[in-house]
This record gives sequence, C-alpha cells and structure tokens, in this order.
Amino acid sequence: MATPPQGPAAQLPAGTRAPDFALSSAPGRTVSLADFRGRPVILAFYPADWSPVCGDQMALYNEVLPEFERYNAQLLGISVDGAWCHAAFARDRRLHFPLLADFEPKGAVARRYGVYREGDGFSERALFVVDGDGIVRWSYVSPVDVNPGADGILRALEAIAEAGAPA
Amino acid sequence: MSERGRMSKRAAAAALTLPVGERDHAQGPADAPVTLVEYGDYECPHCGHAYPILKQVRQRLGGSLRFVFRNFPLRESHPHAEHAAEAAEAAGAQGKFWEMHDRLFERQFALDDDYLIEYAGDLGLDAARVGRELAAGTYAPRVREDFRSGVTSGVNGTPTFFINGLRYDESWDVEPLVAALEQAATR
Repeated sequence: MATPPQGPAAQLPAGTRAPDFALSSAPGRTVSLADFRGRPVILAFYPADWSPVCGDQMALYNEVLPEFERYNAQLLGISVDGAWCHAAFARDRRLHFPLLADFEPKGAVARRYGVYREGDGFSERALFVVDGDGIVRWSYVSPVDVNPGADGILRALEAIAEAGAPA
Repeated sequence: MSERGRMSKRAAAAALTLPVGERDHAQGPADAPVTLVEYGDYECPHCGHAYPILKQVRQRLGGSLRFVFRNFPLRESHPHAEHAAEAAEAAGAQGKFWEMHDRLFERQFALDDDYLIEYAGDLGLDAARVGRELAAGTYAPRVREDFRSGVTSGVNGTPTFFINGLRYDESWDVEPLVAALEQAATR
C-alpha cells in the first residue's frame, strides 16, 4: 500500500450531480445509484477488500449502520474487486451492506468521481454523501492508509436532514 | 498501529462530542489537569494490549490524571464484546465497574455469558442479577450511547484515545503517551 504521493485528489465537490452508475453487487445482481433516489446515499470508495485498513473501515461502518438508518441513508461500498471477491469478503466480515464491483471497465466509476489512482490501479479512500435528489452534498478523500471514520458522514447526513426538514 | 502517527492530519477536527461528566466511569480526581478517555472493546486484541500500558501510565501520572473508559463494541467482529460491555455496566450498577473492567481485559479469552456471570460472582456481586440484566439488555442503551458518542467524535477503531477532549492519534506506548499527557497537564 505504500505509494508515492500523486498530488491532490480532484474528487467531485459538493454541489455537483453524482454520476449515475450500475455496478454488480453480487454475482448476477446489479445496483444503480438511481435505485436510491429519494434517500441519501453514502458512497464509500476504498482501495481493496482484505487490506487491513479497509477491513477496519468497513467493519466500523457495519456497526454504524443503525446510525445511518436513522437518516434513511443507504451505504454502498465500492472497490475494483470483483463480485466473487466482494462476496467472500462480505461473508467473512459479516457485512450488512452492498459492496459494488467497479471491476469492468476497471475503476470506471471511481474515475467519474475523480478518485481513481492511475498508478496504483485502485481508488482513493473517498467518501461521498449524495442527497435524495442525486446531488453530492459532501465529499472527502482520506490518506489512503487512514480510516476516515464516520463522523464526517454523520454530519453531512444531519445537514441534509436539517435542510430537508419542513420549516 | 504503525500507521497511527499519520492520522494527525485530522486530529484538529476530532473532538469529543459528549463531554466527560457524571455519567462516565472515571478513575482519578475529577479536577485532575488531564483527562484521558479511552473508547474500547473488551474483545479487541489492541485494547487488550493497551490495558497494561494504561495501568503503567496511570501509575506514572498519579493524581494528575483522570482516566475514563467508554464502550465501543464492534459487535460483528467481536461476538462477545457487546455483552462484555453490558456486564461491566451491570457491575458498575453494583459499584464495581473497574473491578469488572480489569477482569474482562485480564480474561479476554473467556467472555461467554457464563464466564461474565461467574466473574460477577467472583467479585462478590449479585451474579444472578447480572445474568438477568444481560438477558434483558438492561445496559444496552447505555452502551449504545457510548458507541454513538464515539462515532460522532471521530472514533475510527479501538482503542481510540482523547486527551482533554481532543483525539490523540500518536503512539500509545507508555513513553509517548506519558509525554503527551504531561504536556497536556502543563498547558
């Protein structure tokens, strides 16, 4: 995982429309961003299944799911691993949210979100919170070996809930 | 752990959202110049590793340190962590939180419910009551409250430490931790 710095990431900023995508969530099953219109979606791009920090990050989010659900938000993990690899990883870690395979063409969705690491062949550790209208409301790129936690996500979800609440 | 030093970029942003107060289990004087908060999981091997280190650190700092433990059980990774946390709270309700806390870290390899109840008996507690409270989930809301406060404070794994309310992302070996606490005490 030790990689030379590649300059500042140019992830899609808040206020941009989140590019739609359709990715495999399990062998033979596809999930698209548009499926969740009307609900906030958390996109958690991560470099790879099985690597230690990713495991910790996904394990943490697994535990925080009840907090995300309070905002009716859907969490989607995304990496360049294939669907079978995701299936094994999710089963091993008992993950209760979909892992999407940005596998073919490799990293295409990460590229559209501005978080693909060309030299490495995997994505940044990047978070996007997309509101119910499909607009990116918050994005963050963590150092690739640092678990970014969930506090930023929860603050973004709180801000969306407050903005959407009737006056 | 070797990567922890690199997390300092975010340290300024990560602060305790739930201040230390009456609800907390604390060792050391309430007016100590330094408060160290640990978010931990009784089944987490890293927390088990930190346990004797923290004992040494508390010995070194003496009365200038207040130590607080909050629960952050990773239930899917550690199937016994939730009930272990609730057992410590149940012991706390009978006045022996820290005795149970120590027992759990010292017996991290044996955290089934039967053991938790046995430990309560060993500590002279009403073990049957602890058993009933575990079955009823009496302290689950309290554990969840700890967990939620950790998530919103930027806890990203266990153990995570806060020194006087700010997340501490550097090494928690004895010497660097003592140095950081002593520095905070003089600030």
